[in-house]
Amino acid sequence: MPEIGKIVDEVRDPWYRRWAGFPGEWKRRYRGLDDRQRFQVGVVIRALVVIGLIFIGWPLALLVAVLFAVPYALAYVPKPWNRFNKFVIPTIVLVIAVTYPFVYSGAGVRLEGRTLNLLGAYPTLGTMVIMGVYAMMAVGLNIVVGYAGLLDLGYVAFYAMGSYTAAWFASIQFAHRNIHFGAVGVGPNTPGIHISIWILLLLAGIFTAIIGVLIGLPTLRLRGDYLAIVTLGFGEILPQVARNGDNLGGFNLTNGPNGITPIDPPGFGNLNFLTGSGTFWTTERLYFWGVLVLVIITVFCSLRLRDSRLGRAWIAIREDETAAAAMGIPLMRTKTWAYATGAFFGGVAGAYFASFKQATFPGDFSFNISAFILSMVILGGMGNVWGVVLGASFLAFLNQQGLADIGHSFNNTFGTSLDVPKYQFGIYGIIIVATMLLRPEGLIPSARRKAEFHEGVADTPLYDVQA
Amino acid sequence: MATEASRQPVSWFRGFYAAGVVPWVGRGLVVLLFVWLGVNLSKTPGDFGILLVEGVTLGLVYGLVALGYSLVYGILELINFAHGDVFMLGSWMSLYIGVQKLGLDASSSGFKVVWGLALTLVCAMAFCGLLNASIERVAYRPLRNAPRLAPLITAIGMSFILQDVGLKQLGSAPVSLPNILPTGTVFTIGGNKYGWDHLIVGLSALPVLALLVWLVQRTRQGRGMRATAQDQEAAAMMGINVNGTIWFTFMIAGALAGVAGLLYALYSTNIAYDQGFTLGLIAFTSAVLGGIGNLPGAVLGAILIGLIQQFNEGLSWHAPGSDWTQSIVFAILILILVFRPEGLLGERTPEGG
Repeated sequence: MPEIGKIVDEVRDPWYRRWAGFPGEWKRRYRGLDDRQRFQVGVVIRALVVIGLIFIGWPLALLVAVLFAVPYALAYVPKPWNRFNKFVIPTIVLVIAVTYPFVYSGAGVRLEGRTLNLLGAYPTLGTMVIMGVYAMMAVGLNIVVGYAGLLDLGYVAFYAMGSYTAAWFASIQFAHRNIHFGAVGVGPNTPGIHISIWILLLLAGIFTAIIGVLIGLPTLRLRGDYLAIVTLGFGEILPQVARNGDNLGGFNLTNGPNGITPIDPPGFGNLNFLTGSGTFWTTERLYFWGVLVLVIITVFCSLRLRDSRLGRAWIAIREDETAAAAMGIPLMRTKTWAYATGAFFGGVAGAYFASFKQATFPGDFSFNISAFILSMVILGGMGNVWGVVLGASFLAFLNQQGLADIGHSFNNTFGTSLDVPKYQFGIYGIIIVATMLLRPEGLIPSARRKAEFHEGVADTPLYDVQA
Repeated sequence: MATEASRQPVSWFRGFYAAGVVPWVGRGLVVLLFVWLGVNLSKTPGDFGILLVEGVTLGLVYGLVALGYSLVYGILELINFAHGDVFMLGSWMSLYIGVQKLGLDASSSGFKVVWGLALTLVCAMAFCGLLNASIERVAYRPLRNAPRLAPLITAIGMSFILQDVGLKQLGSAPVSLPNILPTGTVFTIGGNKYGWDHLIVGLSALPVLALLVWLVQRTRQGRGMRATAQDQEAAAMMGINVNGTIWFTFMIAGALAGVAGLLYALYSTNIAYDQGFTLGLIAFTSAVLGGIGNLPGAVLGAILIGLIQQFNEGLSWHAPGSDWTQSIVFAILILILVFRPEGLLGERTPEGG
């Protein structure tokens, strides 16, 4: 029925509106094209992307070209073997990720010292660790925002909770206790609680999930935008408690603005992550492989959860709360699970990050970080795990070293003296706005999410306030 | 189906509701608050009095910002995150026009201060109004039919962009303004002075509020705004230009933020690029406290928040102190949203908003 209106609108649209709709809205992009032409357009666009990337750096362009080429090649895999097709791209990505330390500073290609022209140097291993940590957080937030459709503006609270859990149980913060359990690189007479970081990762996740449930139970009945504000409130309160927590009725819980440092490193037996072992097991490689394992576990859990009964319930709630409730999905319990699961991964990531930085400071947990993680989810594609990992890696790379390098090359080219990293959050703001306006489904969209953004959903939630 | 439904466990939280515990806990908290205030009043009546007056003054400034949130929420059901940063840019505009271009300072003559401030006010209002309206045009209007969270996310992005515009203009350190308004004492309560500058700031907010009430209640445009807020489709069928009305509402909200920006700059004589975020959230809390979408409620809520802030930071007996102000304000926000989402003056609607 609304077709006539749509057609008329399209004719009336001025050029900039049509242009604005161009990159995202497949219906318009492919208007009037048959399947064969679509295929050709796809090839041309991908080829242009690869050619563009060659100017940035050929190893990157090669990687992307391979990733683009794989789906075309896979179409020719004969029937009995093509059920392994879906593992090909993840395997390629995984192999490259695992061997990155050798590619970066090994004998062969050696990315160290090579530049991505405009984008500066390739990410160092330290940057890769941080990219991995942010990828975990983004995948966790994606469960809340992407799967269940609950906007959480206080995700940093979970990150903070995870960091402080690691800090409490693996440092000299509580010096009057003397508990040691599996900690690496700590003498038996060191005061304080020292528990193995691997146990603490789990503990931090569980603690944070409990906090998530406590925040969620009273607030999840609220409507989407109110929920966003309440989570924002919690995200502001928790860091302030951390900042003022050096004297809670005389008890020093968080050591206030000075933060808790040092935090014990992870390790196995004699292998201490902080000191490394020999030329092969260097500190950075150990931390990198550690975070890689965590990211893989997170991504795997996230994918399996999405296809589980619970995950399908999340997506149903996101699309239409009323219909989901009518189908017998318990709204509160399902949403609370989304919250707890998302919080769990945030907590694990926070604990690992704290152990990597060997410190936790209340100043690290501002609203900006919440919005930063949110923009990773949005840029990558809400609801799509691979997109979110890509968005998180890219933005964390920009945050860590890319922006500074871009600033240098910008200033060198135009003779300006702009401090680009100072304006990083404005740049993330532009990324958020541009993504929402031009391509709301993100870089790698999830098909369902894309349809929701372009065709609209029954977005009237079940008002479940006040008994 | 019926058995399925009856097997649903009742959450402990719902149980509290059913038992009627929640209202009594709420009343208990309010009683405790009044006991705390009473003890402080008897211990230090002078401090209490001046904080009362200062709190109302600060609350009126907050009220102007809160009204912007309330107006936009009323018409579009959108929390305009960027509003606080529009307010911050209003402060910057006041600094730019009033201090840097017109050269107002503590030694300016009375006549120059009056016309200078009037000109600054007009510039700040026009700038913020147009800024807010263009944000609506560029960032929110294309998303009118998108899922509800899309414009909210865009608003957060806009907020960051504006904040960095402020960072570019103001620098990362707070900028202090000269005392343009006379700083003489109007009256003293128990040895605490209340200055002319604060009085003028407080009183200037009142005609703006009156003008807004007149605009919304008495004019044709205001009627259009109220109609659009109630039902956009029906309003469109009655011949109201809905997009134009929404644009106009953003314009008004921005102009209010401009007034607030100037008044806040005069009040605190200290502006910073990140004041929009903190103060914006305080103002939003005020709007929620009073009942979002409800204009008198926004002002009432703002005055209450102003009082709470001043009492918390100024009183001496068992006050948590300024370290905790933000946490207290957010705790109020959360409690109100969870237990009484319609606010103090709002009506109990099925949406709970």
